[in-house]
Amino acid sequence: MTPAGSLLIADDLHKAYGPTVALDGAEFSIHPGEVVAVMGPSGSGKSTLLHCLAGIVPPDSGSIVYNGREMATMSDAERSALRRSEFGFVFQFGQLVPELTCVENVALPLRLNGTSRKEAERTALTWMERLEVDDLRGKRPGEVSGGQGQRVAVARALVTSPRVLFADEPTGALDSLNGERVMDLLTDAARSTNAAVVLVTHEARVAAYSDREIVVRDGKSRDMERVV
Amino acid sequence: MTLRGWAGDLAMGVRFAFAGGREGWTRAVLTAVGVGLGVALLLLTTAIPSALSARNQRGTDRDDFTYSTKAMPKADDTLVIAGTDTTFRGTDVRGRLVEPEGTKAPLPPGVGTFPGKGEMVVSPALRKLLDSGSGRMLRDRIPYRVVGTIGQAGLIGPAELAYYAGATGLENHLASGSVERIDYFGPSKQHTPDKLDPILLLLVMIIFVVLLLPVGVFIAAAVRFGGERRDRRLAALRLVGADGRMARRIAGGEALAGALLGLVLGTVFFLAGRQLAAVLVVRDISVFPSDLNPSPALVALVVVAVPAAAVLVTLFALRGVVIEPLGVVRTARPPRRRLWWRLLLPLAGLALLYPMIGQGDRNGNFNEWMVIGGTVLLLVGVTALLPWVVEAVVSRLDAGSVSWQLAIRRLQLSSGSAARMVNGIAVAVAGAIALQMLFAGVEHDYTKDTTNDLSRAQMQVYVRGDVPLDEAARQFAATKGVQRASAISQGSLGDRAKEADTSMEVAAGTCAELREVARLSSCRDGDVFVVKGSNYDAKARELTTAGRTLYFDPAYTGSTHHTVAWKVSPGIKAAAEREDPTGYARGGLLFTPAALPAGAMAGLVQQVYVSLKPSVPDADDHVRNTAARLDPLADVNTMAASRTSLQFRSIRTGLFVGATCVLMLIGASLLVSQLEQLRERKKLLSSLVAFGTRRRTLSLSVLWQTAVPIGLGLALASVVGLTLGAVLLRMTGETVTVDWTSVLSMTAIGAGVVLAVTVLSLPPLLRLMRPEGLRTE
Amino acid sequence: MSIGHTLLGLLESGPRHGYDLKRTFDEKFGHDRPLHYGQVYSTMSRLLKNGLVEVDGIEAGGGPERKRYAITDAGVTDVERWLATPEAPEPYLQSTLYTKVVLALLTHRNAADILDTQRAEHLRMMRILTDRKRRGDLADQLICDHALFHLEADLRWLELTAARLDRLAEVVAR
Repeated sequence: MTPAGSLLIADDLHKAYGPTVALDGAEFSIHPGEVVAVMGPSGSGKSTLLHCLAGIVPPDSGSIVYNGREMATMSDAERSALRRSEFGFVFQFGQLVPELTCVENVALPLRLNGTSRKEAERTALTWMERLEVDDLRGKRPGEVSGGQGQRVAVARALVTSPRVLFADEPTGALDSLNGERVMDLLTDAARSTNAAVVLVTHEARVAAYSDREIVVRDGKSRDMERVV
Repeated sequence: MTLRGWAGDLAMGVRFAFAGGREGWTRAVLTAVGVGLGVALLLLTTAIPSALSARNQRGTDRDDFTYSTKAMPKADDTLVIAGTDTTFRGTDVRGRLVEPEGTKAPLPPGVGTFPGKGEMVVSPALRKLLDSGSGRMLRDRIPYRVVGTIGQAGLIGPAELAYYAGATGLENHLASGSVERIDYFGPSKQHTPDKLDPILLLLVMIIFVVLLLPVGVFIAAAVRFGGERRDRRLAALRLVGADGRMARRIAGGEALAGALLGLVLGTVFFLAGRQLAAVLVVRDISVFPSDLNPSPALVALVVVAVPAAAVLVTLFALRGVVIEPLGVVRTARPPRRRLWWRLLLPLAGLALLYPMIGQGDRNGNFNEWMVIGGTVLLLVGVTALLPWVVEAVVSRLDAGSVSWQLAIRRLQLSSGSAARMVNGIAVAVAGAIALQMLFAGVEHDYTKDTTNDLSRAQMQVYVRGDVPLDEAARQFAATKGVQRASAISQGSLGDRAKEADTSMEVAAGTCAELREVARLSSCRDGDVFVVKGSNYDAKARELTTAGRTLYFDPAYTGSTHHTVAWKVSPGIKAAAEREDPTGYARGGLLFTPAALPAGAMAGLVQQVYVSLKPSVPDADDHVRNTAARLDPLADVNTMAASRTSLQFRSIRTGLFVGATCVLMLIGASLLVSQLEQLRERKKLLSSLVAFGTRRRTLSLSVLWQTAVPIGLGLALASVVGLTLGAVLLRMTGETVTVDWTSVLSMTAIGAGVVLAVTVLSLPPLLRLMRPEGLRTE
Repeated sequence: MSIGHTLLGLLESGPRHGYDLKRTFDEKFGHDRPLHYGQVYSTMSRLLKNGLVEVDGIEAGGGPERKRYAITDAGVTDVERWLATPEAPEPYLQSTLYTKVVLALLTHRNAADILDTQRAEHLRMMRILTDRKRRGDLADQLICDHALFHLEADLRWLELTAARLDRLAEVVAR
C-alpha cells in the first residue's frame, strides 16, 4: 500500500508519557473509504496512535498529514474544529452524556458546529433510524442497554458525515452478538459515506471487518499487507 | 434492632471509611476537611465572646480614670498619668505619660519598671512599627528612647499600638482634664459597665444565628461528599449479605468516621487559626491566641452534635434510595417535591417573630428563644424551599445553546444536589440581607450627626496656654499639608479667684482669629468685645460692669494654680454670634492680644482649627507631629461629619468579619464538590473534547451549572432576607425601608463566590479535559 | 464428518431418491464441497449392506440415483447412537506451526516473521469468512462463526507465542 492518494498519513511518530514510551517510530496511512484495523497487545500504543492520528494528542515528533495539511502546524482550535467537522469518534465507554437524551447526544456534534437544535435533531434521527435505535430518542443513556448505547454512539460519530471515523475498541464492552451488530452497522454506514475508518481493537473477529490491518508492538507499527 | 447492633454497624462503617483503599481515604479526608473547616469556624465563633470579654477585662484593668471631682493629694503611692493618645495613618496609638510620685506608685499592667524621663516602654507592635521605615514619622512624634516592652497583661490585642513614657512636671497640668493623679489601675469605683441595650442584643443574637446556620448547612453538605462512590460500596455490601437497614447504618458509620476525623481536623484548624489571629488585624481589632477559648459547654455541644448530625443527615439523605445488591437505585423518578411542608417552616418562623413586633420601641425585652427560634426557622425555610424552587424552575427551562443544554439537563436530573450546594450561600445571604436592613434601619439611632463644618477646618488641636498665642498658629500654618490654621485661646473668667459663683467663657486672639468665632464690626489690637445674643448675655451684663475685677481661670476645690486678675475696662465693644468650625456659637468676652493682662495666657487653652490640603498624603499626621512638638499633651481631633457609637461599630465589624469567613468557607465547599463532580466525569469530559467540543463550551456549562441554582438561591434569599429584615425592623419599631444597596451588595458577593468558584475550578477542568483521560487504566 | 450418518439422518423424515439426498445434503451441509454422485452411491450401498437402509423402489431407467431408499429400524437406532455420542474434542497437540517456529529458532531464522506471516494469512481468511457471513443466511453465519472462532483461537495462540518468543528461544537453545 503506497501513501499516494492517502487521506491521512503518519510517519515516524514518537510519543512518551513520562518514562513510558507509547509510540516509537510508528507509521500509518489510510485511503478514503478504507477500513484499517490497528491491532496489538494491550499497552502496545494502539490507543495513543489513534489519539495522535485524530489530533487529540500531539506527538512528540514525527509528522501527521491529513488531506495534505500537516497537523503540527494547526492550532489547538483548528484541530478541535477538524475533529468536530471531519472526524467522528466511537469509544469503548463513557462517551454519552448521561444527562442528555439519546437524540440530544447524537445531535451534539452538529450543534457544536452551529447547526440549529431542530435541524440537528432531525438529522440525528435519520442516523438513529439507520442504526435502528430511533425508538430510543427520548431515553437517557442510563436507560438503554450497552449494545443500544454503542449504536447511539456510532450514530453520533457518523452524524456529521465525517471523512474519518476513529473507533477505539468500539465493541470492547459488548458481547459477541451485539459487538457484531455494531460492527456491521458501523462498517456499512462508513462504506456508504466513503468514510475511512481507523479501528483500534485487540479482537481478531472485530479486525476481520477491516480491509487491512496494522499491528502495533512496543510502539512500532507493522503493516501486514507488506508482510504477506 | 438492639443498640449493640447499631453500634456494630456504625463501627463497621467507620472501618470501611478508612479501609476502602485510596478512594475510601480520599473521601474520608475530603469529608473530614469539610467538617473540620466547619468545626473550626464553630469553635472560633463560640470562642469570640470569651475573647471579647478577656479583651474587655484587660481594657478595664488598665483604666486610669478616677471619675472623681475631688483632687487626690500627692502621696507615696500616687502616680500622675496623662493621656496622649494619637492616631497614626488611621490606626489608633494608645499613649500615656507617667510620673510616679513615690516608691509605691502603681505600675500599669504589663509594665515591669517605670520608664525614666525621655524613655518609654512600648507594645511589641509599636516597637516593630517604630523600627520600620514607615514608622519614622511616628518616631518624630514620640521621640522617647525605648527601654522595655509592655506585656500581654497590659494590651487588649497583639496588634495594639501602645506606649508609656516617663515625664516630669505633669502635676502642673492636673486641671487640664487629660492628666490625673491615681493610686491604682483598674475600673473606677463609681464605674458601672454599660449594659447592652435590647436592640443591640437583638443584633448580636441575629448575627450569631446568621453566621452559625450556614456553617451547619455546610457541615450537612460536607458529610455527603463523594456520595456516588459510596453508593457502589454499599451495593457491594448488600451483595455479600448485608440487609438494607444494615447498609444504611454502615453508610451512617462512614459519615461518622468523616465527622470524627473532621472534629480532630477542626481542632487542629482552630488551634492553627488561633495562632493566625495574632498576626491578623481586622479593622483595628486583633486578638491574643490565648484569649480564644471556647466555653467548655459549647465545645461539648459541638463534639456531640456534629457527629450525631452527620449520621442523621446521612440516614435522611438515604431515604428514597433503595440499596440493591447490584447497585443503588434512586427511585427512578423521585416524587415531585411537595411545597406545603416546606412553606410551613418559614411561616412558623414568622409566627414566632410576630409577637415581638414593636417590643424594641417600648424599650421592652425580646424573648431570646422566640427571636432565635423564629429566625432559625425562617432561614432554615430557605434550605427547605430552595430544592423545590430549583426543581420547579429548572424543569421548565428549555435548552438553548449547547453549554446551556448540558447544564440544564444535568440540573434537571439532579436538582437536589444542585440546591444542596447553594443552600449555605442562600442562608448566609438571606441572613446578611436581613441584618444589613436592620443595621441601616437603626443606624441613625446610633450615629450622631455632628455640627462640624468641614469646609472651614478638618482638624482641631488643643494646645496648653504656655505656648505663645501666635506661635502655635504660625507653626501649624507652616506644617506640610496645611492649607490654613487659625488659633483661638479660650478659658473662663470668674467673679472670684477661688470658688467663683459666676463665670463665663472667654476667648483671645487676633482680630482675624476672633472673626472666625464672632462677627465684629471693627477691630483693633487692644479691643475687648462682648458677644450679644448668646446664652451668656445675662451673666455678661452682670459681670462686665466697669471697674469690677474678674479672674482668669478661676480655681476650684483642690486646685492650687495661680489666677490672673483683670479690671473691667470701659469701652467694651459689642459683637454678634458666629458658629466656629465645630458648629459652636460662643458667648462671653473676646480679647485681642494687647488687651490681655500679663500672665493670663497660661490659664487659657489654645484651640487651633486646621484645614488640610487634600492632595498632600499624611497631612493629618504632619499636623499631629507639630502638635506633639508644641505640647506633648496636645489633644488632636479629626473632625468628622458624623460619629458612630463605638459599640454599634464593633458589632457591625463583627458581622463583616463573620460573613466574610462564612462565604469563603462555603465557596471552598462549592469548589470541593464541583471538583469532585468533575473528577467523576473525567472520561466523559475527555471524550467530549476528543470529538471537538470547545473548551469554552464546557467551561460555560460548568458556569451555568453553578450560576443557575445560585441565581435562584440568591433570588429566594433576597425575598426571605427582606421579609426577615422587615420583621426585625418592625420589632425594633423602626419604619420599614428596603436598603437596596445592601441587597445588591450581598447578592453581588454571592455572585462573586460563584464566579470565583468557577474560575478556580477551571484549571482542574482544563486538566481533566486533557486527552490523557481517554487512556484506559 | 460422517457422510453415512448424515445421509441416514436425512432419510429419517421419509424415503428419498439418491439424487434427492445429494441435493438436500448439498443445500444444508455441503457449502464448500458438494457430494459426488459416486460418494452417495458408495455410501448407500455400504448402508444397504449393513442393513441400515432398504430399497423402497426403483424408478425406470435404473442407476443408483434412481433408487428410492428408506431407513430401517436398525438405521434409526444407529443415527440415535451417533447423535448421542459426543465428538472427541480435537486436542490440537500436533501443530505444524509450532514445529515451524521451533525450527526457525534452532536454525536462527526469524521466527517472528513466520508468526506475522501466518497471522496475516489467518486474518485474510477471517476477512473472507466475515464477508461471507454478512451476505449469507443464518446457516452461513453459524458455519462461518464456527470457523471464525477457531481462527481467532489460532490467532490468539500466535499473539501469545509472539509475546513469548524470547523465552522460547532460550528453552530451545538449551
